[in-house]
Amino acid sequence: MSTTVEVKEAIEAKMIPIYIMGKKYDVPETLTIMKAMEYAGYKYIRGCGCRGGVCGACSTVYRKPGDYKIYSGLACQTVVEPEMYLTQLPFYPAMRATYNFYDITGEPEQVFGLYPELFRCVACNACTKICPMDVEVMDYIAALKRGDIKAAAEISFDCIQCGLCASRCMGELPQYHIAQLARRINGAYLTPRAEHLKTMVANIAAGRYAECLNKLKSMNEETLKKTYTAREMEPATAGEDWTPEESKCL
Amino acid sequence: MKISYYPGCTLKTRAKNLESSALASLKALGVEFEELPRWNCCGAVYSLADDDLIHLIAPVRDLIRVKERGHDTVLTLCSMCYNTLARANELMKSDEEKRYTINTFMDEEPDYAGEVRVLHFLDFIRDEFGFDKLKEKITNPLNGLKVAPYYGCTLLRPKEVAIDSPDRPKLFHQFLEALGASVIDFGSSTTCCGAYQVLNEPEATLTVSHRILMDAVNHGAEAMALTCPLCDYNLGRRQEAMKEKFDFGDFPIYYFTQLLAMALGLPVEESHFELNLDSSTELLKNKNIIKESA
Repeated sequence: MSTTVEVKEAIEAKMIPIYIMGKKYDVPETLTIMKAMEYAGYKYIRGCGCRGGVCGACSTVYRKPGDYKIYSGLACQTVVEPEMYLTQLPFYPAMRATYNFYDITGEPEQVFGLYPELFRCVACNACTKICPMDVEVMDYIAALKRGDIKAAAEISFDCIQCGLCASRCMGELPQYHIAQLARRINGAYLTPRAEHLKTMVANIAAGRYAECLNKLKSMNEETLKKTYTAREMEPATAGEDWTPEESKCL
Repeated sequence: MKISYYPGCTLKTRAKNLESSALASLKALGVEFEELPRWNCCGAVYSLADDDLIHLIAPVRDLIRVKERGHDTVLTLCSMCYNTLARANELMKSDEEKRYTINTFMDEEPDYAGEVRVLHFLDFIRDEFGFDKLKEKITNPLNGLKVAPYYGCTLLRPKEVAIDSPDRPKLFHQFLEALGASVIDFGSSTTCCGAYQVLNEPEATLTVSHRILMDAVNHGAEAMALTCPLCDYNLGRRQEAMKEKFDFGDFPIYYFTQLLAMALGLPVEESHFELNLDSSTELLKNKNIIKESA
């Protein structure tokens, strides 16, 4: 049965040793850290969220043999490497200031007041070096110290709030919470308002769609289903200039 | 010479009047420079502890940013930033052991050995631009304005980074003379304003600041020019508290760049006098330096 053997060889990944919290496990080299931990027998109850690289619940730190550097990655996204020493750090305690957002007007002094530890930053850059999302953490903290909330919001945009920055900070800053406040202020006060939205809301309030909606509301279930099935749809190949025949309810 | 301009945090918040007037003036003088696109707080105060290398990381990182831009000079306006950056630069030039430790710590950045020159706006004007050339550019001389130059500490001390003689400096005098002002020499022009002591000894600091201002007044000054946002706080904004304690106040204080911008005939808006004491604008109007019709 030589053919079976060939197939088996083709699908079986090479096993490599990794160290989870100091204990050695042999795992297939193709797995992510998260899958490898499950392969090794760990069962995730917490420390695992979206499995898609956006929730920040599975941040992991590791080292490689012969290398003093600390590496980081999301367990669900990072593929194992031979001889890596790892531990997951799904949560790191960090002080989050309490505020009523309606009292926040966007003055830099308010951010300084809520997070005075901002000024303990010595620009060591450990936060940026550990960030699994490659956010320039130190740079947004530097921007906040000079009151540039907009820059901080923009630089921190990719933050998934995993907390690794806070775990490495010698100034004990909760960087990711401060960045969230910056993004909130940016969204509420510093980005231009969508003027067309105001007009649209006013139009709707003035009865722009009243007739269309009332017509739908008065239909029985069967008619509603028929109307839905028979509705005009944009063809998959339609160009930019396509418009529906019936445009009254647009 | 390729110049990076390093603003510093305070110039982006409380001392916009210092930055705005300086940048407008540099443009009017035709100086080519680029504001550093990436920088962090310099630390504001140079650490005096011998082994406190961590507080050198911030200023050295800023100097590396200048080097990364391919620039050989960094220009500062705030005298605290000047002092911190210049002293960090001196250390990186002269102390091989500490340079090694700092470069090894910052292994994500290129190595640095003091290749960048740190200049303050004032020594840039004296050594690179030239007072003669500056005089040619003056269209609105500060005729009749009796102004006392206040150097403070950090431009002159320690002597390794002093932009002029720490004992008998004349650079600021020459600068104001070039603008057409009547310069008032006074003994306290290099006396410390109290600096950060205002936080834990506000009363003692107020006494020191008041003494400096009185010295200037007694020598016939109508106003004071300075370079540092912290001096501006102690000598300018704290006059509110002096009113109560010493019956002293409304003494005009200017950043040196605001007077430069006025002398160059730039629009008054560039100087943001609304961030100064009200008396500052009044005096310039009285001297017809701010034209009422404009």
